[in-house]
Amino acid sequence: MASKGASAGTSRRKHDVESYWNANLRLIWTLLAIWFAVSYVPVFFVNQLNQINILTGFPLGYYMGSQGSLIVFVLLIFYYAWRMEKLDREYGFDV
Amino acid sequence: MAVSQQSGKGGFWGNYLARRYTYFTIGFLIFSIVLGLIEQTGIISNNGIGYAFLLLTLALYAGIGVMSRTKNVDEYYVAGRNVPAIANGMATGADWMSAASFISMAGTLYLLGYDGLAYIMGWTGGYVLLALLFAPYIRKFGQYTIPDFVGARYGGNTARVVAAIAGIIVSLTYVTAQVVGVGLIMSRLVGVSFEVGVVVGLAGVLVCSFLGGMKAVTWTQVAQYIILIIAYLIPVTMISLRLTGVPFPQLMYGQALTNVERLEQEQLGASTYTVPFRDVPSNASWIAASKQIGVTPPAPARDATWAGSPWNFLALMLCLMLGTAGLPHILIRFYTVPNVRDSRVSVGWALFFIFLLYFTAPAYAAFARWTMLQDVAGQPVGALPSWTESYAKTGLFSIRDLTTLEGSAIDALPAWANDLVNAGTLVVTDANGDGLVQVSELSGKATEPTTAANGTVTAVPTDGIVQFPEININGDLVVLATPEIAGLPYTIAAMVAAGGLAAALSTADGLLVVIASAIAHDVYYRTVNPKASVQRRVFLGKIMILVGAGVAALLALPRLALIAQMVAWAFSLAAASFFPVLLLGIFWKRANAAGCIAGIIGGLAVTIFYMAMNYTNPFFNVLGISHLGAGLFGMIAAFALIIGVSLATQPPPKEIQDMVESLRRPDAAGAEDARLQGEAEGVFGH
Repeated sequence: MASKGASAGTSRRKHDVESYWNANLRLIWTLLAIWFAVSYVPVFFVNQLNQINILTGFPLGYYMGSQGSLIVFVLLIFYYAWRMEKLDREYGFDV
Repeated sequence: MAVSQQSGKGGFWGNYLARRYTYFTIGFLIFSIVLGLIEQTGIISNNGIGYAFLLLTLALYAGIGVMSRTKNVDEYYVAGRNVPAIANGMATGADWMSAASFISMAGTLYLLGYDGLAYIMGWTGGYVLLALLFAPYIRKFGQYTIPDFVGARYGGNTARVVAAIAGIIVSLTYVTAQVVGVGLIMSRLVGVSFEVGVVVGLAGVLVCSFLGGMKAVTWTQVAQYIILIIAYLIPVTMISLRLTGVPFPQLMYGQALTNVERLEQEQLGASTYTVPFRDVPSNASWIAASKQIGVTPPAPARDATWAGSPWNFLALMLCLMLGTAGLPHILIRFYTVPNVRDSRVSVGWALFFIFLLYFTAPAYAAFARWTMLQDVAGQPVGALPSWTESYAKTGLFSIRDLTTLEGSAIDALPAWANDLVNAGTLVVTDANGDGLVQVSELSGKATEPTTAANGTVTAVPTDGIVQFPEININGDLVVLATPEIAGLPYTIAAMVAAGGLAAALSTADGLLVVIASAIAHDVYYRTVNPKASVQRRVFLGKIMILVGAGVAALLALPRLALIAQMVAWAFSLAAASFFPVLLLGIFWKRANAAGCIAGIIGGLAVTIFYMAMNYTNPFFNVLGISHLGAGLFGMIAAFALIIGVSLATQPPPKEIQDMVESLRRPDAAGAEDARLQGEAEGVFGH
């Protein structure tokens, strides 16, 4: 699997630490923006969101705090791990 | 030895380790079912069931501890660095979820409603920060403790010792709270006194961590996670099945919320449970603490100026998130996985396993509130469900229906009634002048107050019917009593207590390792005597685990209210000290030692100042932020000081900048630099 990822097209970037680091930082910023959007932003609008009921009767504002944001948190971390593993291979880092 | 040597081969599910824990899970379930069947036959008492669970689980933890005993430094401090990602995730989950998460979280949600969700989001959202900002780099650095990292990154022993002391203070308060939890659960499980419970529980901790250090702690924590999650999920699943007909509480409690809102509307005139931002700064906890330590408590005060605005909620949530990411006993868990890639995946598993409990806790709370509003409120006092009576005896539950005042002397009212009188909610008139309270005098029939001091009105009419506001429930009851509220056998209740015990013990274990390594490794070996032999260091580590446990037991015995308070503060303190120092240490090469020390001290000073001021005087606040969110201000101060002081002084030497570079590479290259920076020669002896 590792050799497939580091195919000819990407191997020129092998061990380019600076560009690897910048790609990592971009990814971190993107994921932190999502993290902020699902946890902090709904708190500001909780009264409006609570007017909407979803699933078995959850007010949406309450739901975001008790489940919605948590589900996104878990997905964010696994996505980051998966994406970084791909990046490691692209840059030829043998972890 | 037997456990970890054979792990990590052939994928997790294909190996010996996964099979062993699967058998363990099935065995635990069969044991519980058999015990439940024996209970049906009536030949075993409730205490007998409690002892069976206690002995089984403690023997199990001790067995794993003895099997994992070690004299190797790597195994003692970082479990040999060969823990598979998913196992480390489970261990982190158990390490993280303490007695407070297991027992008190649902109760907090029950009492606070939406405002309690700051804890749910805060204690999970922090793991996103941990995954993106810390875990991979801590693993790449790959030494033993967090002060190791601070010492290597910022150069010199001052930063290391400051970090070690901060870590010891935070961990010791936290472990003390766990020991209190152990004592309470033991006394509930088998009916021994609190003090005996503390001693027996601590023995369980020590058998495990003393002999095997981090290695034993890791494998015990995996077992403890399995027990605690089973014990947490089963009762709430049963109650969901009973109340809604569907055994998925996490999905079905929406129905409970709808009913809670409707019943609150009917009984109280307005729904409160899902209404946000009702929690405002008050001095209630300062009053409780000062009563206990013998200081004259101040008059109750709360500042409701900012009620309805989100700032207090947001500040608390941010502090909990940053504090979570910066707590040493969680960070060191990521030294124990084999490599950087596994460290990233491992945080995902950790949060997934924590998520299973945290997204269920609000279901407990909602079902409990629904039951209270529907089955307890509105009932005649004499016709309450039987579980209310048994819990009233433990003091966790009480109903302040005013009929209980019947016949008591007016000048000798119980304390709670006096509180109501002082607060003006309750007024007593002695209409017939006999010096005793008659219910008729409280129920508004004697409408003419005889004197100004002795009027007759009650906020809630006294009619012998329980009103919801009259129910006074201790938050801890919500999880502990759910099996009985749902009419489940005592075996399930004992299982819940065993789960709470697992949560408290696993957290205590992890914290004792942090305390021991901070003293034996950071202070003694790295600072006082760098020539100490490996045997001597492991031996000292074992002694320090004993000392840490002893100190925690002594601190726990008086059961100070202040201890629980300090645990809540620990997150603010970590958010204002460890978090900025670690973040800038990894992401900003220019940060230097002077900035680090100024940041830690300044951040802690600002946090403690705001905490102390707001704790004693709720009117001292910014945007209505309470002392629990004080870390917000400390964190801002710490960032400003680290950046300002670093820029005003020399940049760190080239070796340190190279070390930061090497942290950013996930592969082994450059690891040597990091190790040399840590002056770690001799440590990596194999």
